[in-house]
Amino acid sequence: MRALRWHGKQDIRCDTVPDPKIEHPRDAIIKVTSCAICGSDLHLYDGFMPGMENGDIMGHETMGIVEEVGSEVTNLKKGDRVVIPFTIFCGECDQCRRGNFSVCERSNRNKSLADKVFGHTTAGLFGYTHLTGGYPGGQAEYLRVPFADKTHIKVPLGIPDETLLFLSDIFPTGWQAAVQCDIQPDDTVAIWGCGPVGQFAIRSALLLGAKQVIAIDRVPERLAMAEAGGATTIDFSKESVVERLNELTRGKGPEKCIDAVGMEAHATATIDSMYDRAKQAVMLETDRPHVLREMMYVCRPAGVLSIPGVYGGLLDKVPFGMAMNKGLTFRMGQTHVNRWTDDLLRRIEMGQIDPSFVITHKVGLEEGPNMYKTFRDKLDGCIKVVLKP
Amino acid sequence: MSRTRGSNQALALAQGLGWFSIALGVAEVLAPHRVTRATGLHGHERLVSSYGVREIVTGIGLLTAKDPTPWVWGRVGGDALDLGTLAAGVAGPQRERSGIAFLMTLGIAALDVACALALRRPLPAAMASFRRRSGLPKPPGAMRGAASDFVVPADFRTPEALRPWTAKAG
Ligand SMILES: NC(=O)c1ccc[n+]([C@@H]2O[C@H](COP(=O)([O-])OP(=O)(O)OC[C@H]3O[C@@H](n4cnc5c(N)ncnc54)[C@H](O)[C@@H]3O)[C@@H](O)[C@H]2O)c1
Ligand SMILES: [Zn+2]
Ligand SMILES: [Zn+2]
Repeated sequence: MRALRWHGKQDIRCDTVPDPKIEHPRDAIIKVTSCAICGSDLHLYDGFMPGMENGDIMGHETMGIVEEVGSEVTNLKKGDRVVIPFTIFCGECDQCRRGNFSVCERSNRNKSLADKVFGHTTAGLFGYTHLTGGYPGGQAEYLRVPFADKTHIKVPLGIPDETLLFLSDIFPTGWQAAVQCDIQPDDTVAIWGCGPVGQFAIRSALLLGAKQVIAIDRVPERLAMAEAGGATTIDFSKESVVERLNELTRGKGPEKCIDAVGMEAHATATIDSMYDRAKQAVMLETDRPHVLREMMYVCRPAGVLSIPGVYGGLLDKVPFGMAMNKGLTFRMGQTHVNRWTDDLLRRIEMGQIDPSFVITHKVGLEEGPNMYKTFRDKLDGCIKVVLKP
Repeated sequence: MSRTRGSNQALALAQGLGWFSIALGVAEVLAPHRVTRATGLHGHERLVSSYGVREIVTGIGLLTAKDPTPWVWGRVGGDALDLGTLAAGVAGPQRERSGIAFLMTLGIAALDVACALALRRPLPAAMASFRRRSGLPKPPGAMRGAASDFVVPADFRTPEALRPWTAKAG
């Protein structure tokens, strides 16, 4: 089959590889009908995420048709239509029983490595670093799904792929980002980053009843899309984010802040972000926590910082004392996808939201390598890419 | 959506133009005499080698920049300069050679402009289409709180003791 494989920094190719096979009785094989490129894939593409190996198959936003199931998968059969969550989970361990699927204790096949690096393992993820199991991803014609009896979302026929695909990641991710804010009717929610995750966080915060949603980015078409979702926008390349946020909250700062940017935050004209870039370039620091610092500074005391944006390792010059004294709450993590998807599928079916609004590009798998560049550099108005294998 | 393919091709074209710039620039810097002979610009060797430096810089810019668009427009500016110089050559003694070079440069300039246009950011019309992409069935104002039937799980809730007094009272 054909698959997009990682061969090093900024080197992704469409290769021919052997088809995946059932390796365990709880596996299933999916014939992929649609998959997407995510902001998290860009951290791998740019080489900021440790633990990638030459030849790894990319992709963790996948849907398709069940092709074959292992002997222990009794709730799926050939021909079922499924969306595959990016977090692989067993459904039985202590964490899974609490709904903390992204920290499942059993799905990471490199558990001992992860135990060493993280203290305790997190869940296995598709198409990601070997710290999370190094499972082959879904930017391919076929995908092997481990723990498939749990790791799936059954979806009905009659709704297009484009409307359902993002149940795999970015819709629940934006949703969990808003849920982590525990939104009250009086709240202002400020969201850094108007990429796909930010767009879903904006709409989730609105649907969950935030009084005011403010979105921050610098890419004109992303800001326009944020406005369409009901946000007041700030262009950080033209205005001071801190000043504007204080203006919009009568000097008090937003109660809730969401970081939908992560470790590749762009340098604004501030000393701290130039410092980060320099340190990252000489590998003294893995992440650029500019957005985190800004959130800690501007957030209203006793407020909440919700962090779906991905960080890889060590962060420098994080004003933790300020956060402590202001009594801020931090909630973060990879998304517990299946904890939210039954409810979100119901909301899609009810017509509360149609997630396909975010798609700007739909191309064949072989165009994938080019689309990584187009998406990362925000060329051609690119916001979300769907690949059709 | 069909513009996608175009955009990827434009990126590839920009790369190609980058190599072309470097090749031409190196020739102009290292062998300005040959270039002036071929283009009928005899006596303008220093000018031509300075153009060569410009071509090399532009070429490196095109090949290394994240977004090559400004560099492609840089090429268009350079083309105008070349065309002006060649036009002066057409008025000179070797008008035939200069004329052919002028036409060739005109062709390349057209390619540069086409590449720059294909790479450009969305036009106002496209921006308007982004402004319509809400994903919501009604205007945002009417959708505020549409999902307030959702119950925030206990582990994501602010502990009662830390909630604002007003929230408790209300
Ligand atoms: N927690 C999860 O489970 C999960 C799931 C999916 C994605 N993510 C992460 O969410 C983040 C966003 O993903 P995406 O797909 O939207 O990616 P993206 O790269 O398309 O979006 C990031 C956006 O942030 C903007 N930005 C950069 N610097 C900024 C700054 N200083 N201030 C404000 N905005 C800034 C960029 O212009 C861009 O539009 C990534 O870090 C990704 O890894 C996390
Ligand atoms: Zn993702
Ligand atoms: Zn588990």
